[in-house]
Amino acid sequence: MSFAAELELYAEFDFSSFWEKTEHRQVRAVFDREYLKPLDFLTLLSPAGGDCLEEMAQRARALTLRNFGRTIMLYTPLYLSNHCVNHCRYCSFSASHRLVRKRLTAEEIRREAEAIAAQGFQDLLVLTGESRSVTPVSYLEEALGILKEYFPALGLEVYPLSTEEYRRLVNAGADYLTIYQEVYNRETYDYLHPRGPKKDYFYRLTAPERAGAAGMRSLSIGALLGLDDWRREAFFTGLHAAYLQRKFPAVEIGVSVPRVRPNLGGFLPPVEVTDRDLVQIILALRLFLPRAGISVSTREKPRLRDHLIKLGVTRISAASVTAVGGHARPAEAGGEQFLPADGRTVEEIKEMIRASGYQPVFKDWHRLW
Amino acid sequence: MEIDDKLKIGDKFLSSRLLVGTGKLPNALLPGVIAASGTEVVTVALRRADFHSPQENPLSFIPEGITIMPNTSGARNAEEAVRIARLARAANCGNWVKIEIITDQKYLFPDNEETVKATEILVKEGFVVLPYVIPDLVIARRLEEAGAAAVMPLGAPIGSNRGLRSREFLRILVEEIKVPVIVDAGIGRPSEAAEAMEMGVDAVLVNTAIATAGDPVRMAGAFARAVKAGREAFLAGLAATRKYASPSSPLTGFLHEVKK
Repeated sequence: MSFAAELELYAEFDFSSFWEKTEHRQVRAVFDREYLKPLDFLTLLSPAGGDCLEEMAQRARALTLRNFGRTIMLYTPLYLSNHCVNHCRYCSFSASHRLVRKRLTAEEIRREAEAIAAQGFQDLLVLTGESRSVTPVSYLEEALGILKEYFPALGLEVYPLSTEEYRRLVNAGADYLTIYQEVYNRETYDYLHPRGPKKDYFYRLTAPERAGAAGMRSLSIGALLGLDDWRREAFFTGLHAAYLQRKFPAVEIGVSVPRVRPNLGGFLPPVEVTDRDLVQIILALRLFLPRAGISVSTREKPRLRDHLIKLGVTRISAASVTAVGGHARPAEAGGEQFLPADGRTVEEIKEMIRASGYQPVFKDWHRLW
Repeated sequence: MEIDDKLKIGDKFLSSRLLVGTGKLPNALLPGVIAASGTEVVTVALRRADFHSPQENPLSFIPEGITIMPNTSGARNAEEAVRIARLARAANCGNWVKIEIITDQKYLFPDNEETVKATEILVKEGFVVLPYVIPDLVIARRLEEAGAAAVMPLGAPIGSNRGLRSREFLRILVEEIKVPVIVDAGIGRPSEAAEAMEMGVDAVLVNTAIATAGDPVRMAGAFARAVKAGREAFLAGLAATRKYASPSSPLTGFLHEVKK
């Protein structure tokens, strides 16, 4: 059964009345459970759950320590191209926007790789916009071939592909895949993606399943928070992650909790997701999925990120440059996807992690072949 | 007694029966934890060994004289475990290897079958192989036959700190397996380490319980003493505990009665 079918089970579910009826004692009862069911997770995401954040935080911290120890993984993104045929209303790369478009050449990829590796990064997340003509799978294969020389772990965050295409990229050196559904609510999805291949909700929804079948070591998913009711979106994200863990027991599953950042076109998120809400999402995810990696990017501000690493987050990005080619030659770079909120250097981030009693981990995988 | 009571693994004789994991500790704490634990063997995941940056590499924080046992964390099958072991040896991490093959990320269950396969290959290649397994006598025998230097059954799921949940099966391994039996994973407190040693387990490997303690260095010392106490108790010969009170022969006493 695909996750699409599992999602269908909740089509008629009355979320509002479930949350309205949830009481504090039910939230506390969930705290005592060893393995949580989907409805327990939903209980934690309720307004009543929001009143029990400190207790939830204590549990989340203990679970995170037990499962991941005093460590925080560090990674950074590399944008290969910002060419895009989609028209996502919330994204600067949208084809509707006038943006300096750029695709890195092999030589430029090498220069970026050197600049990033020199900062100490060994886990690289490779991104592109969606353009099968400008950045076809063969281009991604070529890029991975170069980047393999510099990084022992490579992730991809690219447009959804077929199982066969994912397999090619695994063979080319991709270790993990990140793909966000952006928004699980189908109507909102339809509105936010007016044209382009991304309009196909189900092809995107089932992409992680295809990547798992193709042999990716790790899969990371998420919803772009702020596009729809965050409680529901967080619920489906957790459900999706649990589904993937069941379907691919050997695969490491990760979840991200990105919030919409300022972007070209000035899209304003229709739903406010406060820091408090974000914390509730992270804590509930941790209790529901004790083994899942949880990532927080430089979309979030320094002070919040500093606190989040003690609450369940296991992986953070640092020194992110969202402009294509921006690491080696910022003056010639293409337009940015979003403006990072945490502009600290790698050294500053390392210092902050150490001061919190944790170990910054740059290398958590060793390429085998 | 201390002199005679060494644990032999491969060609090494160890005085300490506490092995320590490093994966959940900040590097800066490693020297203190290792010293306080008195351990002579630490395990490091090759996936974390960071040869490009000594400052972030756990291996740079392990004092001289300590045996490094690289582990194959991240391996999903025998082939990957074998590959990781070879890479570790090529990176000058010695020829010991802890085989850890996990095909279930939710509960972190080791894959016993793949572990047997990897053990068979790596022993032939001259590695000192310590496989991490679910305590299963049939598997443990196969590992022993394959030439494993020890078997490392779990006490409870990794990181669970739940203690010796697999106690009954560990007892059987202790009884039947001739190579050292090392309880790896699950031990949450020093008293549980002591209990394992009292049962006759040859050593214990601890990571989470030390790493997540309020004061890891102090906890490492507590584990060291518990392991020693448990071992001494085992050697001293524990008085048997009885389930029932034992009055003098109420059921068979008649056999001794003198016929009148």
